[in-house]
Amino acid sequence: MENASFHHALKIRTDVCIGCAHCMRACPTEALRVSGGKAHLHSDRCIDCGECYRVCPTGAIIVEQDDFQNIFNFKHRVALIPSVLLGQYPDDVTPGMVFQALQNIGFTEIYEVEDSVEYLIPQINDYIGKNQNKKPIVSSFCPAIVRLVQVKFPWLVGNIMLLRPPLDLTSSYIRGKYKEQGFSELEVGIFYVTPCAAKIAAIKSPVGEDKSEITGVINMDLIYNRTLHEIKKKVVSKDQDTFNSQLTPRSITWALTNGEASHINGRCMAIDGIHNVMEFLDKIENDEVAGVDFLELRSCDESCAGGILAASNRFLTAELLRKRAKALAEFNHGEVNQSKLLQYQEFLVGRIDLSRVEPRSMVKLDEDMAKAMKKMERVNRIMCYLPGIDCGVCGAPSCLALAEDIVKGEGAISHCVFLQKVMEQSKLNPEHSFKIMKKIWGDNRCMKDCEKPNQNK
Amino acid sequence: MHFEFKVQGGDFVRAGNASSQVKKILKQLNVDSSVIKRIVVALYEGEVNIAAHAFNGVIYVDIDTERIIIKLDDNGPGIPDINLAMQPGYSTASPIVREMGFGAGMGLPNIKDNSDDFKITSEVGKGTCLEILVNLKVNQEGV
Repeated sequence: MENASFHHALKIRTDVCIGCAHCMRACPTEALRVSGGKAHLHSDRCIDCGECYRVCPTGAIIVEQDDFQNIFNFKHRVALIPSVLLGQYPDDVTPGMVFQALQNIGFTEIYEVEDSVEYLIPQINDYIGKNQNKKPIVSSFCPAIVRLVQVKFPWLVGNIMLLRPPLDLTSSYIRGKYKEQGFSELEVGIFYVTPCAAKIAAIKSPVGEDKSEITGVINMDLIYNRTLHEIKKKVVSKDQDTFNSQLTPRSITWALTNGEASHINGRCMAIDGIHNVMEFLDKIENDEVAGVDFLELRSCDESCAGGILAASNRFLTAELLRKRAKALAEFNHGEVNQSKLLQYQEFLVGRIDLSRVEPRSMVKLDEDMAKAMKKMERVNRIMCYLPGIDCGVCGAPSCLALAEDIVKGEGAISHCVFLQKVMEQSKLNPEHSFKIMKKIWGDNRCMKDCEKPNQNK
Repeated sequence: MHFEFKVQGGDFVRAGNASSQVKKILKQLNVDSSVIKRIVVALYEGEVNIAAHAFNGVIYVDIDTERIIIKLDDNGPGIPDINLAMQPGYSTASPIVREMGFGAGMGLPNIKDNSDDFKITSEVGKGTCLEILVNLKVNQEGV
């Protein structure tokens, strides 16, 4: 029912990690602990939101991607790019120039993730109409949110919209297109350019789907660097703009905040930022909010424009994309390519639904209620002794997290620096308490070092 | 296990605090979500009742492996006719409270519907006491 482990795109490089605990404090699901002077990730709790990546001062947290050279194993090398990629560059770099640059670095064809949005919108409206008993419907767009709901709001999994997100729909469409042209699957490599870690995790271990149709994932910062290099070399130009973005105004802004909510029927709300989302889901869970039809929830502030692998400032990206969408709407009045919609319908027959999303609660203390109750009583007793200031010196993000770790057999009360002081009054020898600190923070944490990597941060 | 929460009359901002806390506890105890939902809904209604009608109140929560008993004890005007108060749609809420979206007269009936056992006692001029019992194991209440 509930899997034990998940693929995570976020990895900690222990050779670079200095155990500074910035990540531990930033993690919204308390998935990180420090011991042995290094951060450790609790795999079942991590939702790949990437908040740790943002705050790491040494670059020890990495987003695992596929080797770029892998694209050359395929005759047809498709770059599947998110709309936010085109919003990373300076204003005067047109989408056409980025397309040329992508070809220069080795891709043979370029598709945009949001290509399927015009096909998806009526499906979502239809879905909401048919699932009145599951309101509010939570969008399946952001994979970090889907995972957040699974681990922290397990009762709301039934609210998750069981429609595949644009990324998956578009990749099915691309597969369908190549198949139609008579190419074997092995000849076509689809490489997704990702703005975040959650999308990678979603591709490597999909929720509500067996296998992804995407061949590999390349990080957006790498693609940005390589393409910008081409653009700066001036080997691409505005004039030979033969390829261009195929997106409609509403698909350009789909990945931005309010991109979904503003095009769905009924009472829709858009919430971005993982902490904002958690606050709101708590209210939804309590049944305190009535009458909302659809929730667009995004883990990152400013949605995908704020993805952890974005190069540009998120506000500038969002502004640029909105501006382009508006200009396009004025130019063609949001015209939709009808023959493409028909193709989508043809290729995606029976391929639009996600299967059930399972809860995998990490909040319970034990499967067995009696045992869980004993543990909770112990947690409450331990909490009477802990100082309640959440200093994190024990290597856990809060006093409560330490108390729960102790009860699960993953921590000790002597890890608390305050209780060490108390214990030193009687049985604990100061040398031993120093050893405990070294065990958590590493041997060198108390040594003089003027070159501490994060000293001036 | 015992927990206690205080509720201040007129404080709608914090009404919901106890139900949020109790929800967190029950989730950690791995109580079935449908059961938690009933408890949280009943408790939230009770909290709002105290905020809407009473001067102040205390919520006592007692949990064991079989059931949860929630006692909501308030100092307030009391209910002159309990049978009338239990009728769906009957409300004495002031216009101000109604404007805030509360006071539709569904509070007490809703609490009762979500409980496996429900008791209400009240003394005019002194206060009201609700006792809500919900079985924590799904099979016990035949769902």
